[in-house]
Amino acid sequence: MPLNPAFKGRVYPPTEPYEVGREKIREFAEAIGEPDPAADPDGPVVAPPTFAIVLTMRAERQAVFDPELGLDLSRLLHREQRFDYTRPIVAGDRLTVTVRVEDVGGAGPADVLTLSSAVTTTGGEHVCTATATLVTMGDEDA
Amino acid sequence: MPDVPRYSAVRVGDRLPRLTHPIRRYDLVRYAGASGDFNPIHWSESAAEGAGLPGLVAHGMLTFGVAMRLVNEWAGRPGRVSGCGARFTRPVVVPDGYDGTEVVVEGVVAEKLPGSRVRIDLTVRHGGEKVLARPRAVVALDD
Repeated sequence: MPLNPAFKGRVYPPTEPYEVGREKIREFAEAIGEPDPAADPDGPVVAPPTFAIVLTMRAERQAVFDPELGLDLSRLLHREQRFDYTRPIVAGDRLTVTVRVEDVGGAGPADVLTLSSAVTTTGGEHVCTATATLVTMGDEDA
Repeated sequence: MPDVPRYSAVRVGDRLPRLTHPIRRYDLVRYAGASGDFNPIHWSESAAEGAGLPGLVAHGMLTFGVAMRLVNEWAGRPGRVSGCGARFTRPVVVPDGYDGTEVVVEGVVAEKLPGSRVRIDLTVRHGGEKVLARPRAVVALDD
C-alpha cells in the first residue's frame, strides 16, 4: 500500500524534554561494547556517536505509528541512518526532538520513509540532526 | 591505551586496528532495552520470518554502534565524531546459543578535511560478507 503523500513536509511539535542520564549513557555504551564512558571521574560523561537514536527513534514514532501514514509495521526495516553533530551529547543535557517527514515514496512493493530529527537543547542550541530511512520489505536488492 | 592519532601525522590510507565483536541473542535483548528499539524482528523468530527475514536479526544500529566504537577508540577521546552514517544492506542473523555470531570491523583514513578532521571509511563484515554500505564517520583529531 503506498504511503500517504500528504505526510511529506509535515513537521511535528518538539517532544517533551528528555534529560540525558549518565547511567543511561553507560547502559547504552555497554550494549555496544564501549568502554565505560563514566570511568573518568574528571571528564564529562560523553555519549557514543549513535546514542541520539535513543531519543530520535522514540520521537519518530509520531509519524511511524500514525495509521494515516499507512506504513506496514510488520514488514518495517531500518534501511539507513545518519547523524550530523554540532556537539556531542553529554550527561545532564535536556533535549527535545523535532521530527520532519522529508520524503514518502517507494518503488514497486516497497515503501520508503525518510525522517529528519533535529535534536536541540531546551535552550534552543542545536546538538544533532539524525536522518533515518525506513523501508518495508521487498527491496532488499535495491 | 594506544597513542592518540594526530592530524599532522595521519596519512590517507592509514588503517585502524581491526575490531571483532561477538553478537549473541543476549546482546540483542540488551541493546533493545538500552536503545528502546523493541521491534520484534530482533527477538521473535515468527516476527522475523513474517517480515521475510532468514532468521532473528541484529538491530542495524547495534552493528553500526559497534562499528563506530572502532572510530571512537582510535580517536582516543570521546565526543570527537561530528558525523556518521551507514546503510543497512544485509541482515546479521543471530543464531540461538551461547556462541552467537560476530561482526568484524575495519577502517581506513579516507580523506583529510579542513579543521583537523578526517573521514574514516569502515568495512563491516558478517560471515565474510559486507553488511553495511558506505559506513563512514568524520572525526576531529588533535593537530
